[in-house]
Amino acid sequence: MRDDSTKAPSSKRDPLRAWLRQARFFTEEVYSARYRGAIARARRDEDDLFMLLVFSEMMGIPNPAAYYTLELQPLLLERFHDWHTRMGMEHSPLDHFRCC
Amino acid sequence: MSAVILLLIGLGAMALGYFLYSKFIAQKIYQLDPDFKTPAHEFEDGIDYVPTNRFVLWGHHFTSVAGAAPIVGPAIAVIWGWAPAFLWVVFGTIFFAGVHDFGAIWASVRNKAKSVGALTGDVVGKRARSIFMIVIFLVLLMVNAVFAVVIAGLMMNFPSAVVPVWGAIFVALIIGQMIYRRVLSLPMVSVLGVIALYALIGIGPMVPIQMPAEVAGMSGNAIWILILFGYAAIASLLPVWMLLQPRDYINGLQLFIGLLILYGALVLLNPTLVAPAFNSNVPAGTPSMIPLLFVTIACGAISGFHGLVSSGTTSKQLNKETDARFVGYFGAVGEGMLALAAILAATAGFATFGDWQTMYSAFGQGGVNAFVEGGAFIIHNGLGLPEATAATLLTVMAALFAGTTMDTGLRLQRYIFQEWGDIYNQQWMKKPSLATALAVGTCLLLAFGAGGANGSGGLIIWPLFGTTNQLLAGLTLLVITVMLVRLRRPMWYTLAPLCFLLVMTILALLIQLRTFWNQGNMFLLVLDIVVLMAAILVAMECAAALKRSRAEMAAQGD
Repeated sequence: MRDDSTKAPSSKRDPLRAWLRQARFFTEEVYSARYRGAIARARRDEDDLFMLLVFSEMMGIPNPAAYYTLELQPLLLERFHDWHTRMGMEHSPLDHFRCC
Repeated sequence: MSAVILLLIGLGAMALGYFLYSKFIAQKIYQLDPDFKTPAHEFEDGIDYVPTNRFVLWGHHFTSVAGAAPIVGPAIAVIWGWAPAFLWVVFGTIFFAGVHDFGAIWASVRNKAKSVGALTGDVVGKRARSIFMIVIFLVLLMVNAVFAVVIAGLMMNFPSAVVPVWGAIFVALIIGQMIYRRVLSLPMVSVLGVIALYALIGIGPMVPIQMPAEVAGMSGNAIWILILFGYAAIASLLPVWMLLQPRDYINGLQLFIGLLILYGALVLLNPTLVAPAFNSNVPAGTPSMIPLLFVTIACGAISGFHGLVSSGTTSKQLNKETDARFVGYFGAVGEGMLALAAILAATAGFATFGDWQTMYSAFGQGGVNAFVEGGAFIIHNGLGLPEATAATLLTVMAALFAGTTMDTGLRLQRYIFQEWGDIYNQQWMKKPSLATALAVGTCLLLAFGAGGANGSGGLIIWPLFGTTNQLLAGLTLLVITVMLVRLRRPMWYTLAPLCFLLVMTILALLIQLRTFWNQGNMFLLVLDIVVLMAAILVAMECAAALKRSRAEMAAQGD
């Protein structure tokens, strides 16, 4: 809860708040900097699996949730190119779905 | 001699090294350029390549390189007296480690933040890269085996630390969840985590857990080693955010607090060094000081492992090239300070010379136990903390470090096995669980193969671990030297440490070869021969690469 009714206490609190912000920045940097890469890679691996699920029907893998994943395809289109190149396919693997 | 005077001399010398020598190296040899676009800016992706505040980066670099090794090594090496260990740590930090760590960052930053391994391939040659891979594998193998033995020994000798050491894992798990689910802000979580850890340390002496001397025909030590590898295998398979990340974080905080307590107590108490400067009466079976000193203390004086950290993660996050001096060189100074604290604790933390001699009754004895007992003596008398609590505190500090290193080491070893599976097309080897099982299997073989079935003799391989680590440092120095030759800059500042390291490493390996032969320890004999062969190959690679580079330069000069 912020109390801005009087000016004096807030100016007293400002340095403290700035200091807390600084402390938070430093602790968060220290906590995350070393593992940022490893976590991002793990997340990407999970996303890749998700991409495969969403586009599975197009590659001939039956997907009971196809009706729902179809809706997601336009949303994931942006990531499609990165995904298929990362999976070792130079061009889009789908005949009717060209991207590059 | 007063411990505080020695401490001041050591810190003063390292400060001079940082302010004068590293400045000279930065300006004249590496010629850092504040306008150079570092890989963190050039390839900024918010993941691996992130320009990072230099103090944050230093904190990271330091906590990544500082582990149990700068405690164990010096604490073993004071058996030759405090002076040799002190001189090697101080001069090693100034002229070897600083230049090496700083140079590894510089070399990597100037080459698109590639790792030393990749740089060896690019700068020196394909053959050198293969040797590099083998040496890295050996270092990881030995570090895991040796640290398991160290922690097992600590658990047996200091039963009061069992609860806090294993409790710290749960603290880390809870912290990890709290941060992941954003329950509280990080500064709050940090404070709570530290309070929980220290509460556990306070509880530890009240509930000591002593492993029976023999369980199902196996010694207590061996049981602990098996439990530790079981834990490390599981931990290395968990996602990093769950355990490793919070554990590392809390360890880092604890390192700073622990060092502060130890240094504070040392200054307040000002104990006398009970150990002699040069121990003329070393226990029978102690090997010759030269060259063994230079491989017994690796981390704390110079360590190849730092090059991996410098070029692996630090160089990708360097904001300005000129920050490399602070991060790299001062990181080495930080580690030197840790080693200095270990030397002082293991030589000044005893009431009489007789007590010290009893502790160091044979080579490989003392070590981390001497650090814990000596340090506890100093903290107890300096700050008035109960001795059992102080001992628990230091044991937890050493054990947590060694534990995190094991976790990371096993993970890296798994990656190597998986990579081999990829190269040699072995599908089964690529599976994380099987690759981990292979990694654990090889480490267990070493831990038990080296010291017999009770696993207590595993510390015999400590100097062998040192030689392998120094070989790695030698390879990094070689990369830097070749780069300097190609830039037509003075090469002696890196070549002299390189030659010194190679000579000492090869001599140490030959001496150990004879010892293992006399003991009839075929397992270690074979391992020694493998490392020796790698060392000779590195030396030949050095000569060939330098000759080639100089010839190239001469041809260009004409």
